[in-house]
Amino acid sequence: MSLIELESTFQDKVDQDIRIEPKDWMPDAYRKTLIRQISQHAHSEIVGMLPEANWITRAPTLRRKATLIAKVQDEAGHGLYLYSAAETLGTSRDEMIGQLHSGKAKYSSIFNYPTLTWADMGAIGWLVDGAAIMNQVPLCRASYGPYARAMVRICKEESFHQRQGFEILLVLSRGSEEQRRMCQDAIDRWWWPSVMMFGPSDDASPNSELSMRWKIKRFSNDDLRQRFVDICSEQVKLLGMTLPDPDLKWNEERGHFDFGPIDWEEFRNVINGNGPCNKERLAARVKAHEDGAWVREAALAHAQKRAAKEGQEAA
Amino acid sequence: MEHTQNNQPGTPGSGPTPAAGSDRSAWPLWEVFVRSKQGLDHKHVGSLHAVDAAMAIENARDVYTRRMEGVSIWVVESKYVHASNPDEAASFYDPANDKVYRHPTFYDLPDELKHM
Repeated sequence: MSLIELESTFQDKVDQDIRIEPKDWMPDAYRKTLIRQISQHAHSEIVGMLPEANWITRAPTLRRKATLIAKVQDEAGHGLYLYSAAETLGTSRDEMIGQLHSGKAKYSSIFNYPTLTWADMGAIGWLVDGAAIMNQVPLCRASYGPYARAMVRICKEESFHQRQGFEILLVLSRGSEEQRRMCQDAIDRWWWPSVMMFGPSDDASPNSELSMRWKIKRFSNDDLRQRFVDICSEQVKLLGMTLPDPDLKWNEERGHFDFGPIDWEEFRNVINGNGPCNKERLAARVKAHEDGAWVREAALAHAQKRAAKEGQEAA
Repeated sequence: MEHTQNNQPGTPGSGPTPAAGSDRSAWPLWEVFVRSKQGLDHKHVGSLHAVDAAMAIENARDVYTRRMEGVSIWVVESKYVHASNPDEAASFYDPANDKVYRHPTFYDLPDELKHM
C-alpha cells in the first residue's frame, strides 16, 4: 500500500472510533505526538509526587498521613502505566527518563509551585487534581488503545484524590479563624496556576487541531477550562471561600461564568524553567535516580547470578 | 531485538521490548495478567520492568492490584509473547469470514419448536 492509502486507512479507523493498537500502521507524526504527550504526562505524575511528599511527615493526623501516602503511591503507579503505554510506541524507559532529567522533556508547570502550608494539600487535591481529571476523562476515549486503557485506570483512581483534597479544605473552612485564613490563602495561590493547567488558549495552541483530528484530544483547551471554572465557582461556595478573580461573574447569556485574563507571561516563565521550584524539583528527581542506581544494579546482578545457578543445577 | 521507530511490530496489547540503543543494564519488560476473581480469566492489564519473575509479580501486585483488583497474577516476559500481524488480518481471518452457518441463528426453524 502507498503512504497515502495507509494514511487514509488510518484516518478512516480513527473517524470510526476504531482504536489504534501498537502494531497497527500509524503516521510518524501521530507516533511522535503521542510519545511526547504520554511521556510528559508520565513525568508530571512522577514529579507531582514531590510537592506532596513534602507534607507526608507533617500530616496533622495518622488518617491524613495514610491518605497522603496512598495518593502519592497512586501517582507513582500512574506514572508507570503511562511510561508503559509510551513504551509500546517504540521509545524506552531510559530514553524518557533521560529526557526528563536533562530538562529536554517538559512536565506540568503546576508542580513548580511550592507547597507552603497543610492547606496546600487540600487545594492541590481539589483544584490541581480536579483540573487533571477534567483533562483526563476525555483521554479515556483517545484513539490510541494503550493510552486510553491507562487513562481509564488512572481516572478510576483519581477520584479519591480530589475528594480527599476537598475534605481537607472543608475541615479547615469550618475551623478556627487561622485555619480559615490558611484555607483561603491556599486557594488564592493555587487557583490561577490550576486554570493555566489547561494550556494556552485555543488561538495560541497550534498543535490542537491535528490532535483533535487524530482524536488524541476531544475538547479544546478553552472549553475544558471554562467547564473547570464553572464547576469550581459553585463548589467554592460550599467552603464559604472565594476564588481570587474580581472578574469572576455568572453570565446569564452565555450560561457560563466569565473570568479575568490569564497571566500567560507567568505560564511561559514557569514552563521555561523559571518557576519558583523548577530547579529543586528536577534536582530531587535526578538525585533519587542516582541514589537508586546501586539498587537497580544489585537487583539485576542478583537475578543474573540466580539464573546462572539454576541453569547449572538443571544441567 | 531489532526495533526501529517506524511501525515495527511489538508484542500484542502492550508493547515492544525496549528500543535498540537503550541501556543494556535495563531491566526486562514483563506483561501482566490479572484474574479479578475466582472463575474469571486472567486479563492483560499492562506491563512493567523487573529483574525476574518474582520481582515482576511483586511489582504487579503493587501497581495493578492496590484496590483488590486481583486474586491471581501471571507475568510473562514480553519477548516470549508472539502475535499475529494486523497487516495480514484480512487474509488471516478469511477462512471464518464466509461461514455464517457456524452460528445458531443461521437455521430457519418454526417458532413452535421449544427448548432449542
